[in-house]
Amino acid sequence: MSESSAQQAHVHAPSTGFWRKYVFSLDHKVIGKQYYALALAAVFTGMILSWLMRIHLVWPEAKIPGLELLSKAGAPGGVMTPEYYLSLLTMHGTLMVFFVLTNAPFAAFGNYFLPIQIGAEDMAFPRFNMMSFWITFLAWVVLMLAFVIPDGPPIAGWTEYTPLSAIGKDAGPGMQWGASLWGLSIAIFCAASLLGSLNFIATTLDLRAKGMTLMRMPLCTWAWFITSCIALLAFAVLLPACILLILDRHAGTSFFIPAGIVASDRVQPHSGGSPLLWQHLFWFFGHPEVYIAILPSMGIVSHILINSMRKPLLSARVVIYSMMSIGFLSYMVWGHHMFLSGMNPMSALAFSFPTLTITIPATVLTLIWLGSLYGANIQVNSASLFALGFISMFVSGGVSGFFLAQPSIDIYLHATYFVVGHFHMVMGVASLFGVFAGTYFWFPKMTGRFMNEGLGKLHFWITFIGAYCIFMPFHYLGLIGNVRRYQSFVNDFMAPYIPLHKFITIAALITGGAPFISLINVVQSRFRGKWAPEHPWNATSLEWSIPSPPPWNNFGDRHPVVYHDPYQYGIKAAKGDFVMQDSPEQVPAVGD
Amino acid sequence: MGKFFAVVLVVIALASAYPIVKHHFPLPEDISTHGHLIDKQLHETMVEAGIAFVGAQLVLALFLWSFTGRKPGAPLKSFPGGAKGLVIFAFVIVGLEVLALGVLGQKAWASVYFTPAKADALQVQAQAEQFAFYFRYAGPDGKFGQIHPEKIDEGNQNYFGLDPENDVAARDDIVSGELVIPVNKEVHLMLHGKDVGHSFYVRELRIQQDFVPGLDLSVHFTATKTGKYEIVCTQLCGLGHYNMKAYLNVMSQADFDAWLKQQSQ
Amino acid sequence: MQWKRVVLGPTLVLAASSVAFAGPNPAGGTISGKVTYEGTPAKMKPIDMSKEPSCAKMYTTPPVAETVVAGSGNSLEDVVVYISAGAPDDAAPSTAAVFTQKGCRYIPHVLAFQVNQELKIVNEDQTSHNIHPLPKLNREWNKSQPPGTPAISEKYDKAEFIPVKCNVHPWMHGNFAVMKNSHYGVTADGGAFSLANLPPGKYTVSAWHESYGDQSQEVTISGNETKTVNFVFKAKPY
Repeated sequence: MSESSAQQAHVHAPSTGFWRKYVFSLDHKVIGKQYYALALAAVFTGMILSWLMRIHLVWPEAKIPGLELLSKAGAPGGVMTPEYYLSLLTMHGTLMVFFVLTNAPFAAFGNYFLPIQIGAEDMAFPRFNMMSFWITFLAWVVLMLAFVIPDGPPIAGWTEYTPLSAIGKDAGPGMQWGASLWGLSIAIFCAASLLGSLNFIATTLDLRAKGMTLMRMPLCTWAWFITSCIALLAFAVLLPACILLILDRHAGTSFFIPAGIVASDRVQPHSGGSPLLWQHLFWFFGHPEVYIAILPSMGIVSHILINSMRKPLLSARVVIYSMMSIGFLSYMVWGHHMFLSGMNPMSALAFSFPTLTITIPATVLTLIWLGSLYGANIQVNSASLFALGFISMFVSGGVSGFFLAQPSIDIYLHATYFVVGHFHMVMGVASLFGVFAGTYFWFPKMTGRFMNEGLGKLHFWITFIGAYCIFMPFHYLGLIGNVRRYQSFVNDFMAPYIPLHKFITIAALITGGAPFISLINVVQSRFRGKWAPEHPWNATSLEWSIPSPPPWNNFGDRHPVVYHDPYQYGIKAAKGDFVMQDSPEQVPAVGD
Repeated sequence: MGKFFAVVLVVIALASAYPIVKHHFPLPEDISTHGHLIDKQLHETMVEAGIAFVGAQLVLALFLWSFTGRKPGAPLKSFPGGAKGLVIFAFVIVGLEVLALGVLGQKAWASVYFTPAKADALQVQAQAEQFAFYFRYAGPDGKFGQIHPEKIDEGNQNYFGLDPENDVAARDDIVSGELVIPVNKEVHLMLHGKDVGHSFYVRELRIQQDFVPGLDLSVHFTATKTGKYEIVCTQLCGLGHYNMKAYLNVMSQADFDAWLKQQSQ
Repeated sequence: MQWKRVVLGPTLVLAASSVAFAGPNPAGGTISGKVTYEGTPAKMKPIDMSKEPSCAKMYTTPPVAETVVAGSGNSLEDVVVYISAGAPDDAAPSTAAVFTQKGCRYIPHVLAFQVNQELKIVNEDQTSHNIHPLPKLNREWNKSQPPGTPAISEKYDKAEFIPVKCNVHPWMHGNFAVMKNSHYGVTADGGAFSLANLPPGKYTVSAWHESYGDQSQEVTISGNETKTVNFVFKAKPY
């Protein structure tokens, strides 16, 4: 609990020169925007990949214009080969999970706003911060190289299970250099994330302004802090796993490959390894990773919801403890991805119980959000629409988890579209709703202008309704036993469900137009948006106590002092119904 | 717009629940002896999940209807019971419910995994490879020949790498592209992975199990109805994963014996 | 089986006549003979195509494996007979050698063609194939061919016998015989072969079979005579 005098240690001069100011900036705000830009590039790429996948899935013999230019081997005559579908699937998952869902809600917004919200001038280690972005960027470049090498991207999915990913080119197309690029890219990404997490944790613990106790931090800051603790442990396990995979592929080791495997008519020269070891290492990272994806959005949504409702949540403390317990429990459940993997069936029950238990804090959060809406004065705008939509999506995506948490039901639903629907809704869509809400909410802070409300609402409605049209049917398809990761459905069993798949594809193509609307909105508003007043949302947390956009050292020469928690809304105060965190104005003592 | 949002939520909640309530996506028929436990578990979970899902969406809709677009200066209210009541509800009601599901559900799991196969179960070995399943029966001598990976010769239909020249037990082994089994007889299916990870999934049998190269895994089950059912691979195994399937052919005991005899010739 | 007779017979005739008419020396000696086996070959098992119904339905009785095709009179089919020494290398002809995927089998089972000759791979099935030749000397590649996509065009620059498999259908196996010169043929039913237009000289004639290995014999041609050379392979019971 350092006082503000400790901030002197890391002071850096205002940036000068083009490269230091805009490229290799040490300023956490620039770095946050750089992460956001990288996430934008990744999300549009990932979305276009999903369009290609959905089109091919329902029209497998279609000639897709332009696809042959991307890969002659992958789409001869424009017709996608089965392996290229899997390549696109692998890249879609990898880009979305790592470069979008870890970057946007956590690295982008966290970098920009965590230091400001705790009253700091910058992160604790600005150089590490700059490095962590550029190393993440390098990881992205290495991954994207897989598109241009002759054999194409790997085909083993973002989970890259061994031995398929470990034995090299005999496993199939893309598994020679594509898979190695994947392993290298992710290892580099892990290293960057570790640097980033260290920064978040040190900053949160050491650089809080005077009066900013841990319990007075905004809920999004709490979410970023808890997320960075999870990330520190999770990425620390994936990094060596990727190194072991690269060693198996190139150095003749056999961490993941047993003896006697015959692929491409060749007995593979390995022995002694365990394919399950990869699964354990991967999911020990992979499960916390999905909470890394959702927790920041939970925090951002809570923060925005409170502001939109003009009243605090029923208990911010309960929300904080719930997020903490989710973070803690997230380390005990990884085996629920492996119920049928061949591990001891007794462990399935051991993993099932903590998985079911996570329902409790998730329910607490949902009930607090819902209960807090009661009696509120909800202001509807683009930001609050996405925040409210998050609640709906989180419930929808979360309840399918009840099914998958039970091993006996998983016998039937594992590897079906039920799982795909579950994680897209609860992780993909819900998390992105947090990012969208944050974008509309904080755009005035970052640029001094509002985003266009009309376009914002259009973006919301297309996305909200569209996402339900796409992903709710996935659950039905799972119930009838539609297997996932198939490039097309050639079996008679699936014939009656092709029309539903066509409906989903069309919904996906239409819904995919919405992000473009939002992108146009961002660009247009940046230069011609309506100017925002000093308090665009009448909000209380410290980011609203500084100019928009903030100066290079956030608070200028002053050291902010904090007097109370950030959710003083719905009270009779001097400026209206709210009191800012750094205002010494007396507030009535409420609950906590 | 808040009220419009409320209406949209109600429509979404009811439209999502409708196909489930109307059984538009029924589970394929259950032809196994243990499947009813899984189906029961799934139906109970569906009811509870359905109530939670529809309930939450409707409450959200109700609150959006009631608390958006309010007159400025409208009084703020607090949910009765506050956070404490909701936390207690979550722990007690939801906690008990999900843990009950977990405890009750272990019976279905146990029936598949904690009971060993009967001593007189029909022994069949399944091999999963890129991109087909092959099944091996021990033949009249009741013994399986040894597998030699280096002797695999698929052009010659030697998928398992048997050595009939030197291994007497291998000479009468029956290899088939279909899993043919008699009805109402327990089958002990031993799973051998030849190259990468695969998985054995028969929806109607309510059985799914990964093949892991290097591990001796097995499942056992009893089919209760004759007919042909799809066996599909559910573990991404490479470019042909989408087309990796075989058929489970459940026959009467007499037909099965005749088939076995015919294969031996 | 039927396709092979239909396709290989005329191919052999065409090959023989093209050798007869296109060679630099229209006259010249001929080495001909028969390839037979002794002993009992292993019984070829029927192929279970149930996993690919679109192919399975094309057969009234399931086809059998083709690793050993025994013809009438103990003749051995699918043997590549060629001049392995004594003849200069020939330039590749401009016509393509065609390898067809039909009924989830390779037609012909053994395709002989020359170094740098265009190899055209065609998919006539309703399902996707992924042809994967497994050379030791040449460059290894594999290519997917969804139904209705154009033919694959490849070539090999080194002489080699290359096993060919389909990555999607494990029972699909065939062979490429990449030849250095134009003196070669593949036996059909009856086991006959004829290598014509050979200028005078000492030649090594070789016969290669995918299961029974290869044999060679030396033959000297002095003028326009026909020399008879027969090959007998020992059948293996398994």
